[in-house]
Amino acid sequence: MNDSQLYETIIRSHYKHPTKRKPLEGIPYVENPSCGDKVRIALSVNSEGLIQEAFFDGTGCSISMSSADILAQTLEGKTLQEARSLITTFLGVLRGEVPLESLEDMGDAVAFSGVARLPVRVKCAALAWRAALEQVEQLEKQY
Amino acid sequence: MKEPSLAAPSFPQTEKTSPPYGTPSFSSEDSSLTTRSQEAHRLRQEFPLLRANPQLAYLDNAATTQKPEVVLEAETTFYAEACANVHRAIYSLGEAATEQYEAARRRVAAFIGARPEEVIFTRGTTEGFNLLAHSLGELLAPGDEIILSEMEHHANIVPWQLLAQRRGVVLRFIPLTDEGLLDLAAYEKLLSPRTRLVSVTLVSNVLGTINPVSLIGKWAHDAGALFAVDAAQAVPIMKLNVTTLGADFLAFSGHKMYGPFGIGVLYGKQELLEKLPPFLGGGDMIREVRLDGFTPAEPPYKFEAGTPPISQAVALAVAIDWLDRHGPDRLGQYEALLGKRLYEGLQTIPGIRILGPDYSTLHRSLFKRAGIVSFTLEGIHAHDLSAYLDKKGFALRAGHHCAHPLARRFGVVSSLRASIGAYNTIEEVDSLLEALEAAREEL
Repeated sequence: MNDSQLYETIIRSHYKHPTKRKPLEGIPYVENPSCGDKVRIALSVNSEGLIQEAFFDGTGCSISMSSADILAQTLEGKTLQEARSLITTFLGVLRGEVPLESLEDMGDAVAFSGVARLPVRVKCAALAWRAALEQVEQLEKQY
Repeated sequence: MKEPSLAAPSFPQTEKTSPPYGTPSFSSEDSSLTTRSQEAHRLRQEFPLLRANPQLAYLDNAATTQKPEVVLEAETTFYAEACANVHRAIYSLGEAATEQYEAARRRVAAFIGARPEEVIFTRGTTEGFNLLAHSLGELLAPGDEIILSEMEHHANIVPWQLLAQRRGVVLRFIPLTDEGLLDLAAYEKLLSPRTRLVSVTLVSNVLGTINPVSLIGKWAHDAGALFAVDAAQAVPIMKLNVTTLGADFLAFSGHKMYGPFGIGVLYGKQELLEKLPPFLGGGDMIREVRLDGFTPAEPPYKFEAGTPPISQAVALAVAIDWLDRHGPDRLGQYEALLGKRLYEGLQTIPGIRILGPDYSTLHRSLFKRAGIVSFTLEGIHAHDLSAYLDKKGFALRAGHHCAHPLARRFGVVSSLRASIGAYNTIEEVDSLLEALEAAREEL
């Protein structure tokens, strides 16, 4: 199995069997008007300031949905500061501003290394991370 | 879990012997379709891109068609042999350029049954409607009404919305039936003494619906309104005549009719063009400029500010020659038959929902269907399906196809669209159907 096959397998697995998907309420969706995909992210922070739970909810293609699942898994157990850093790194890679290799330390997020070179799918992959950044920014104001 | 393959596309089309999707319901159509498909195989050889990519099934012709070699050569030849600016030079090269540009205008005029003075060269259909909305808009007053339809491309919606914001003009929309036809009874009720313009598409770029525009135009005229037609999808598939259509204005693009990018046409009736104020200002559109004002040139030059797309106009004329040689009606008929074969094949695949007119009821209406078929496959996002098909050598558009209101009307955010061109074949359609069957298993 070469890298791109492995990446596709990871993406498919998160798309078909998401672990972090559940119906959410009271959180606005972040939408991709051009394709209609929408995602919202819920983060809960414990007394130590760590993200205890992360969930997503939404509709969209395999890239946007698997990206949301991977995002939620990645952020759990991280501080808000760490979360912000991971999110900006991921979005930076998609914008071509941060080296692709940065994804290698980010668990399953490495699966989007291929997508990062496909301009049409980049915004699908970025959607959940944009939604998470909004949540992190709100939480940072509270803590 | 089945592993998705990222290997080089293996394309089934040449291996196939008997098409499984030929239905017995149109056996007489079948034999002519087979002959015409063989012609389409030969036609492919006239297109350098298709010749270089024999495995590619290009099915996004509603977005843009491929260009035949003669069109590419015409543009290069102009640059190599007659490149100069038009309408200004006294020297012979400049005269040659002007003559070629004006000959292209005469060729377009003859093609649509108009006079050369009625042919304005634009950048495309979108610019044509922007020009019309600006210039005609100057003559409209707050409360005047413009009727569009819910199946319009954004090019025939947004320029009018901008005008509505500027001048308080009111937009009305002809609703669609569930089958994807214009609701003509509702249209009749929308018409009033306040209606100043009706602007609709001849062929829907998403649904494939061919609208009875002559009738729509007649009703508009009976109500005292002007009538504009979006012919972007129609011009490569039917021989158009502005008089028969009853069009006061008609817009189309070169690149959707086997011509080059960057050129389009807005036809306008001469007496109307004379009344309209100019659109863009600059060189070429004026007779005289003083420091305190200017006198515009006569139509069509009044509407062509700046250096026009000269080589593109010359190549467009060659594309029209090419199209006329093959016959737009004949091509359109073939593409519609191929579209019908695709439609009927899609109906046999579980989970497929086809947008647009249903052949079983279409014959009872005034509408027809072109070789454009949009559909969704249950449980698979159109983007994923398009990416999957791309790996197998099929180029199909996924998305909203520049018609958000239409997508909303049918509750479909993103659909897949196959739009047939002159060079598409039975084998391409049949192997697309096979690939969609496979996608159900693999995605």
